[in-house]
Order: sequence, then C-alpha cells, then structure tokens
Amino acid sequence: MGADATLRDRFERGLAAPICLTWELTYACNLACTHCLSSSGRRDPDELTTAEAKSLIDEIAAMQIFYVNIGGGEPMIRRDFFELVEHAVGQKVGVKFSTNGTRIDAAAARRLAGIDYLDIQVSIDGADAATSDRIRGDGSYAQARRAMDNLKAADFGQFKISVVMTRESVEQLDEFEAMAKGYGAELRLTRLRPSGRGVQVWQELRPTAEQNRRLYQWLLGRPNVLTGDSFFHLSALGSPLEGLNLCGAGRVVCLIDPVGDVYACPFVIHEQFRAGNVRDAGFAQVWTNSELLRSLREPGSPGACGACGSYDACRGGCMAAKFFTGLELTDPDPECVFGHGETALAKKAPSSLPTTSPDHSRRIPVSISPR
Amino acid sequence: MASSSAVTFDASAPWSLSPEVSLRDEAFGALAYHHGNRRLVFLKSRELVELVRRLGEFESADVAIGAVIAPGEHDRYVEALSLLVTSEILRGR
Repeated sequence: MGADATLRDRFERGLAAPICLTWELTYACNLACTHCLSSSGRRDPDELTTAEAKSLIDEIAAMQIFYVNIGGGEPMIRRDFFELVEHAVGQKVGVKFSTNGTRIDAAAARRLAGIDYLDIQVSIDGADAATSDRIRGDGSYAQARRAMDNLKAADFGQFKISVVMTRESVEQLDEFEAMAKGYGAELRLTRLRPSGRGVQVWQELRPTAEQNRRLYQWLLGRPNVLTGDSFFHLSALGSPLEGLNLCGAGRVVCLIDPVGDVYACPFVIHEQFRAGNVRDAGFAQVWTNSELLRSLREPGSPGACGACGSYDACRGGCMAAKFFTGLELTDPDPECVFGHGETALAKKAPSSLPTTSPDHSRRIPVSISPR
Repeated sequence: MASSSAVTFDASAPWSLSPEVSLRDEAFGALAYHHGNRRLVFLKSRELVELVRRLGEFESADVAIGAVIAPGEHDRYVEALSLLVTSEILRGR
C-alpha cells in the first residue's frame, strides 16, 4: 500500500469514513500485560449490549468501512463474540481480531477456520516464554503458542503473529521471522507506545535509538512484515517504510471503546481525545461532525519540527507518544531519530505527565493456568 | 497477502470489477478493497472510478475507455487498468 504526496495530503484532511477502525469489544481481560494500551482487566458494566453492538456493525457496513479491527481486553471473553463476528462478516464487514490466544482451543480454532473474511492476530512479546511472560504474565506464551498450533491444525490459513517492539523483543527479530515461517503465518511488529499502562513501563521497555535504527533497516528489507504503519517516525532515517507514513488519528484511523466512546486513535484512550459516543446519534455522526476530529483534519503546524529537513518524511511522528510523555503535539516525537524528542523531553517536568483515564486494570495481580 | 496474479491485461478483452471488491467513494476518487486478498487500492480520479464501475457493460476495456474517458488519455488508462488487474481488483469475463 503506497501513497503519493498528493494522496497523503488528501488523507490528512480526512476521509468519508475511516480505513482503519479499531473497536475494543470489552475491557475484560484474563491477562494483565504491563504495556496494555487500554489499561484493560475488568469488564465495564456499561459495555455495549449485543443489540447495540449489532446495530453498530450495521452502521459500519452502511458507511462502507471494509473491515473492523477488533480488540480489547480479550475480545473472545465476550459471550457474544462469535455472534458479533458472524453478524459482521455476514454483511461483508471483514473482521481482523487481536487475541492473547487463551480461548483458542481446538474447537474454537475449527470454528474460526470456518469463517470467511476473518483475520486473527495472536499476540506474544518475546520469542521465548521467559521474555514474553515478563510482559504478559506467567504461562501466557505457552497458551499463545498452543493457540497458534490449534489454528495451524485447523487449517485456518495465514494468521498473524503480533509483537510489540521492546528493548528485549527487538533483539529477537530473526526468531520471530522463523516462527512465523514455521506456521505459514505473517509477522506483525508494532511500536511500544506510552499509552494506558504502557506509560509506566515505556521508559524502561522502549527500544534504544540504536535498536530503532536496526529495526528500520530490518523492516526496509522486509516489506511483507506488517507494521500497522506504526513506525513512520523511523522513515526520517531514509527511504519511507511501507504504509501511508502519516498520523492517521481522526483522519483515516479511529477507535470505538467497549462503552461506545469514540477516540481519535487506539493509542489515545484519554478524555482529551474523546470525540463522542456512538450511543448518542451513531458513529457516522461522531466521525463527520466531532469538533475534535475536525480539528485533527486541519492543516497541522510542523511546530518545532519545521526547521528539520525531514519533516516531510515523519510528519512529526506519533501524537499519542507525544501526549503521554508530556510533550506538546507540536513537539518532535519522543523517539525522533535525530534525538530532538529527547531534548524536548529533558525540558519537561515529570509532574506534567497526563494520567490515564479511564483505567480498567484489575486491582489484584492475576495468574493464569492452562484450561 | 496473496501473491500477485499472473493474469496479464489484454485491453481488447472484456473485463469487470471483481465481485469480491467493494468500492467507497472519496473526494479524491475511491477506495477499492478486495475482501479475498485483503488488498486496499486507491483509485485516484473520479474518471477512473466511473470507468471501473462501468467496465462490465462493454465488450472490451478498449471500448469502455473510448466511451467513458476523454480522447487522448487511452494509454494512461490502459496502464491504470493493468495495475488493477495485477491486484485482482478487476477480473476477466
């Protein structure tokens, strides 16, 4: 998916509907990953009902949104999970869902394999149990691998293995690639963002500048590795990476949370980026008329990045990464490849960090055991 | 996702939009999404969108271009359609 400059300008002014709509189905999760960007754990009592969720799917279909990225929490915890997936694909709204794999036993894998227009990404955060479980909890890696084994045995086809790039996991790129190849799966790597609970671990887990440079080189040679466009801030290092290479928040990207709140992107679940709620007058109304989303489609000021010759390559980077590290939206990305973000961060008082809202983390630690 | 189609584009043959493809109009033209191979393609002009939508009505792509597109732009649109065949947005009839 490549785009020329004029098309990118159009995208920055927003589209009739999102291309990449994420819908977190539930805040309930049986894991408690340290970097969870939606601070999930406990179900919210006000989550959309089955009927509300179905009418939202109908609206998504009417807006001709081609597919929806379903996440959570752990979406398979919702008892109506299959009912909702089948309601979506039945009207040709493709479903791409993200799961920790704990609920994909052999029977679930066979059921999933029988559904058209369905993509699955199973998350791990290391190529071995020790590395992954440090982030995702004891036993989680083994369960994710079991899910992958079950999907392969059920002949699901090409699923995705999804990994957030941390200081540790970024050293295992070749192992992830080999694992994906072994399953006939696609590899998907995404950026660690300081969102949700991630704000507490970002400083210690984020890849170093040198690791990011190696990651960029590794990705350049592998256009088939999926990234969800999340490393566009690294495109300032040279040739652009695959993707649109822009911040899509409110322009081509949007998030609906489990209670129907609409946020500009999946990484800014925070009151300041809440655009409305689908319960009021539907999602299209929010997408088209929200003042917040409309303001994100205004031509942005390059701000502090205006003096840098690479602004056109990285567009100043990720809005969420700036916001949750206490930077202004016109500041450089905190992981600016030229180090301008580090300079900006050093000038901020630690007390200026925004707090996460809402937070559905469980109050007691969890341990999981094989089912 | 799926590997590129080996089908080559013959403009003198009949073509149509794949039944697996959905089109969504946008200010710049349209988005085309292939539900099977999951490819998203940008149709970057209104003229191309109309041509793609109406391709199936004509006995060949050449005739369709002649009917829908301004004279003098034939070769440019043959090239555009050829790319859409590669991504399986169009298929032979």
